[in-house]
Amino acid sequence: MTAPAHDAPHATRPAADDYGPGVAGFEASGGDWDEIAREAIGEERIVVNMGPQHPSTHGVLRLMLEIDGETVTEARCGIGYLHTGIEKNMEFRTWTQGTTFCTRMDYLAPLYQEAAYCLGTERLLGITDDVPERANVIRVLMMELNRVASHLVCLGTGGNEMGATTIMTLSFTAREEILRMFEAVTGLRMNHAYIRPGGVAQDVPEDFTEHIRELLPSLRKYLAMLGDLMLANPIFKSRLTGVGVLNLAGCFALGITGPVLRSAGHPYDVRKAFPYCGYEDYDFDVPTDTAADCYSRVVLRIEECYQSLRIVEQCMRRLDETQGAPVMVADKKIAWPAQLAVGHDGQGNSLDHIRHIMGTSMEALIHHFKLVTEGFGVPAGQAWQTVEHPRGELGVHLVSDGGTRPYRAHFRDPSFNNLQAVSVMCEGGQVADVVVSVASLDPVLGGVDR
Amino acid sequence: MSEDRGPQEGATTEVDRPGGGPTAEVVGERTGMFGVHGSGDTSGYGGLTRLVTLPPAATRPYGSWFDDAVDVLAEVLAEAGVAFDDAVERVVVTDPRRPVEGEGPSRDAELTLHVAREHVVAVCRALRDDQDLRFELSLGVSGVHYPEDAGRELHAVYHLTSVTHGRRLRLDVACPDADPHLPTTTAVYPANDWHERETWDFFGIVFDGHPALARIEMPDDWPGHPQRKDYPLGGIPVEYKGATVPPPDERRRYS
Repeated sequence: MTAPAHDAPHATRPAADDYGPGVAGFEASGGDWDEIAREAIGEERIVVNMGPQHPSTHGVLRLMLEIDGETVTEARCGIGYLHTGIEKNMEFRTWTQGTTFCTRMDYLAPLYQEAAYCLGTERLLGITDDVPERANVIRVLMMELNRVASHLVCLGTGGNEMGATTIMTLSFTAREEILRMFEAVTGLRMNHAYIRPGGVAQDVPEDFTEHIRELLPSLRKYLAMLGDLMLANPIFKSRLTGVGVLNLAGCFALGITGPVLRSAGHPYDVRKAFPYCGYEDYDFDVPTDTAADCYSRVVLRIEECYQSLRIVEQCMRRLDETQGAPVMVADKKIAWPAQLAVGHDGQGNSLDHIRHIMGTSMEALIHHFKLVTEGFGVPAGQAWQTVEHPRGELGVHLVSDGGTRPYRAHFRDPSFNNLQAVSVMCEGGQVADVVVSVASLDPVLGGVDR
Repeated sequence: MSEDRGPQEGATTEVDRPGGGPTAEVVGERTGMFGVHGSGDTSGYGGLTRLVTLPPAATRPYGSWFDDAVDVLAEVLAEAGVAFDDAVERVVVTDPRRPVEGEGPSRDAELTLHVAREHVVAVCRALRDDQDLRFELSLGVSGVHYPEDAGRELHAVYHLTSVTHGRRLRLDVACPDADPHLPTTTAVYPANDWHERETWDFFGIVFDGHPALARIEMPDDWPGHPQRKDYPLGGIPVEYKGATVPPPDERRRYS
């Protein structure tokens, strides 16, 4: 195989080439730490790589820690191990197909990427007013359930990293209940591609509200059990209280949003500050604390779950009131032409629709073909849309050149931004506190690296 | 994206809108049907021509809080010794909702300031520090590559939020591909640190004065900047432990 030309794009050269003269590399596979340290560098400054394959780094986060004994003197993040070029890929697909890509970014909160992307697309199209009420209610409902599911993973893995396995099994059991609801609505447990420009892919099942009403008490029960396990547990409290402190000024300087900002005392929440999807019509509170430490973030996340369930209850009522109303814009030049149905071989285009385009209307077939292959054009310009993601403010910057594909789609993922706080939160603390601090930021590397 | 554009690519002209409104900036022209080239015009739509226009520069009054904010910004910049017209090249207001007769832009309208690159730090500082502006939260930087826009190929877009006043603002700063340098804004918004690294990584914009402008997503020695329009999607051989892994479409077939 020939080596690529000098300026042709290619990946890295072998790692051994990175070590020039004077740069010492050392590999240890075991033994007494003092001996290794003495042999390796002969001084006390030790840089330890934590990750990218470390169970407490939520995926493939690499932490470079300079340690002095058990104290962390410097902490830096290395990211990029999960970069898959989703933003670049979106430039080569239609606006509708974009939801299939962006849902895979932060895989624990897929519906937020979809919602932000679709709201941004609707901004560019100028159809924000035309999205049906029922579609907005479904979006809010799905997002709030997703917030609970995402917070449950955060709490569960955060507990597991400290050795509290029960917390993890409990929260994953609770999350499973929510994922079952997602599966009933979207057909998938994650990577839904359910929210589409102009509305949602399809209406919720008929008995959906009944199922959610049955689900809510059990979710509350699980949350109460989690609260009992965590909030008064002396070991848990001593591991988290006063750890990973980041005050309000630090949060604003570093652009930190979400539960971490609210734990420092500021009630900034995009749902209240810049409402979207009709959030201004829902009754809910934004919990805050002033301790600004890891423990207060756990308390806030549990409280936010309860607030989300409050919103879900209000959505139930609205869903019952709008039964049978459309869930996609009326404009046939934007709305997806096919309706989905469950046939004997699984979910697919409804037979009525197939019969219509294949048997009765040539124009309907052309319309279907054009919209599905070419997509709809979006007026040239740029738009910025943010939503309140479980981890903070998720921003989408969309640029259109007037074509049927995004000219540029940029996602400002909250985890990406929040990881900048690792240095501030960890330096001067213990190595064991790094795990707790990173868990309190709740980074999801799929979103960080995109 | 560019294959169905006409020969007037990149020629920036202005067209008059009916009714004497603001002029729209034409950035391109699309002809014919999508995706069909070199065949006979069997559809009858081959003569179709559509102009691609960007939202025009806004004229006073902008409406909403925009006039006040721009006035205050001009005042603060003047105090700092920067003429507003030198710093802000263009003000654009876009509104996703339908305009209501006799009313200003809606709650969702967006304000974009096209800022000259040498003044971007001064503008950011004014926007952050003045109590009537107070855009204290920066939500990052994103790059856009317009290869047809001669002399202004690379754009960095800054997204600012005023939590105090409940406002949002976008700064659009351009630099030529031949001289891809912008001053860093990390002194004003430390949050932009990683976002500027990302923009360097993907677009090759050099943020002068950045504390550690290293690649962030791609490997450190990766040649090229993948989000630029002249960079291919996939098809790039990857080296791993000394061997080269060819792109998927060039690998051995097993069938």
